[in-house]
Amino acid sequence: MDLTRPLAAAVLGAAMFAAAAAHADERFIVVSSTTSTENSGLFRYLLPIFKAKSGVAVRVVAQGTGQALDMGKRGDCDVVFVHNRNAELKMVKQGWFVDRHDVMYNDFVIVGPKSDPAKIKGMKDVTAAMKKILAAKAQFASRGDRSGTHSAELRLWKAAGVDLAKQKGAWYRSTGSGMGATLNTAAGMNAYALSDRGTWLSFKNPQNLVILVQGDPRLFNQYGVMLVNPAKHPSVKKTDGLTFINWLISPEGQKAIAGYKIDGEELFFPNAKR
Amino acid sequence: MNSIFEATRHALALIGGGDPELVRIVLLSLKVSLSAVFCAALLGLPLGAAIAVGRFPGRHALIVLLNALMGLPPVVVGLAVYLLLSRAGPLGEAGLLFTPGAMVIAQTVLILPIIAALSRQAVEDAWREYEEQLRSLGAQGLDAALTLLWDIRFSLLTAVLAGLGRASAEVGAVMIVGGNIDGVTRVMTTAIALETSKGDLPLALGLGLVLILIVILLNTGAFLIKETAERRSG
Amino acid sequence: MASILPLRLHELSFKVNGRRIIDRVSLAIESGASTVILGANGAGKSVLMRLMHGLLVPSGGRIEWGSEDPRRLRRAQAMVFQQPVMLRRSAIANVVYALACAGVQRAEREVRALNALDSVRLRALAHRQARTLSVGEQQRVALARAWALNPEVLFLDEPTASLDPGATREIERVIRAIAAAGAKVVMSTHNLGQAKRLGGEILFLHEGRLAERAPVDRFFAEPASAEAEAFIRGELPWT
Repeated sequence: MDLTRPLAAAVLGAAMFAAAAAHADERFIVVSSTTSTENSGLFRYLLPIFKAKSGVAVRVVAQGTGQALDMGKRGDCDVVFVHNRNAELKMVKQGWFVDRHDVMYNDFVIVGPKSDPAKIKGMKDVTAAMKKILAAKAQFASRGDRSGTHSAELRLWKAAGVDLAKQKGAWYRSTGSGMGATLNTAAGMNAYALSDRGTWLSFKNPQNLVILVQGDPRLFNQYGVMLVNPAKHPSVKKTDGLTFINWLISPEGQKAIAGYKIDGEELFFPNAKR
Repeated sequence: MNSIFEATRHALALIGGGDPELVRIVLLSLKVSLSAVFCAALLGLPLGAAIAVGRFPGRHALIVLLNALMGLPPVVVGLAVYLLLSRAGPLGEAGLLFTPGAMVIAQTVLILPIIAALSRQAVEDAWREYEEQLRSLGAQGLDAALTLLWDIRFSLLTAVLAGLGRASAEVGAVMIVGGNIDGVTRVMTTAIALETSKGDLPLALGLGLVLILIVILLNTGAFLIKETAERRSG
Repeated sequence: MASILPLRLHELSFKVNGRRIIDRVSLAIESGASTVILGANGAGKSVLMRLMHGLLVPSGGRIEWGSEDPRRLRRAQAMVFQQPVMLRRSAIANVVYALACAGVQRAEREVRALNALDSVRLRALAHRQARTLSVGEQQRVALARAWALNPEVLFLDEPTASLDPGATREIERVIRAIAAAGAKVVMSTHNLGQAKRLGGEILFLHEGRLAERAPVDRFFAEPASAEAEAFIRGELPWT
């Protein structure tokens, strides 16, 4: 039996595989972030500016905040850039992350169908509006994915005095998916939903949905950035990771964030304290 | 209706425009899926042949298992490979997570059962015809298996194409182990998922049409090669 | 090197699902003139040949060859089947493949293969894809493939059963040439004319038992068993 042909094929295959795997010749860090920052287009705008300045490419893996934090704890990324301040501070205390900084904020809005069955349009008190949604048993689409937005939604229900565990029924739809997918669901069902403003502004399938409630200080949404603790995970690229974090909170990085607009509207408001 | 029209318009513009970003995504999709098909064929064809020709305890159970694994959910494969390649996992040292290499591994695992199970069936049918002749000539074990594989190469192409179809269509596994990183691990299916989540449904569907077109082209090519070669060698 | 013959069968039996296909056959096959196994369809001819060639494992009894080296036993035998099994490659590559399996040196294979194809008058078609040849030509490639191995014993299982008279004549010519070159031919057929033309001795099988064994002339002139007499009378002599 002549084995040259299959052997040559095997070598070729191994070479192709190696070529596919060895993509790692450029200098890069992996940043675990949220769907809201990715879907809103912020990173597409921000990262080329950073790369031109530092020579470091940033590879963003966009997930819900819960999953993004988990990825950091496993050591599968270098930097985490999310929006769940309480959870972030807790994990810094537990030693999973170091060098946490506030970077920017945006705000949440409640969107819903133009017909507005719960009659909440224009309300300034978000918890009162949510109580009315519950009272009307109007459809509400929740992320349900442990993301930062999901945590914020749960905090708001609690502040409104609603015990979801007892009171949720057919009106409360947990999609278990990202912000965009949840907005697609809400648009399809004419449901209310809590969304971050950035994703909402860049969302292209609103159908009948419009912003109904905004401006309550409790809808404030703080983003923070932090480094995966190199003491826990030696593979973390500490120097390049810190370069990225320090640039984000530098006057230059902050100015870049403020410069990202959709239809002339600023999406994220820098508020790093240095 | 409107949005389907819009999607077609998008697809045509994408193909006609030769957008370098789209080209990069298409090439990466092809590179990942073809590499995975190659690795899976390299392992799956001999495995299928060995199970077809071999007689050992547990063979029937193995065949049932292999057939069942043809329907492996991509998300589960992705998750398992993610946990293996994660820094906290057993193969974390390699640093393969969120690279095209990780995507090749996940898709290889996903389509290995398909290629092995389909080739097992093809080889078993052929073995009925060839067995006595090959045994009479003294071809045994691996020799006999390789001879058989080479002789039914045209039927095996069908098994390999089934694997390619599955690899190029799945999104669950590559999304988890690749991370859909812009410019690094973004392939056709994850790009479609991303545009869907941005609510840009016409663009997502347009990308989908491009993907379907590529798969049709690949299959046409394979079909023509198979037809010509088969006519020539009887 | 001593011959692997004689081949001795002792009380050889073969059962499938409790049914006896071969029923306690004992005989010895010596070198020399061709042996033809004759019998009706279903008499057990093919099974007996496969038992002798080692493709089937007997349910009872023993097979003994003149050599006990399994490697040598395998290489000193070849078999041609009723339906030729061609690999999807050229005619010559089919012969070369058999030589490679038999461990023939790489440098020798091509020449030996060409000579064998020459002997079956297929040299001109050596590089045609084997599966595009006619069935008769394919059977000749199968004969060339067997012959190229220089076997001491060549088993032929109804080699002309699916062929027309012209192709049959050509195959018979090749078989005679192989026998003349010194190989022991053991062939099964249900064709009386072919048995007369090619046989030195006849083994007559009836329902799995060896009903009669005789030199070819005596078998046809004065069959000793009632079964053989009935078979000779019943078969059309010109087929």
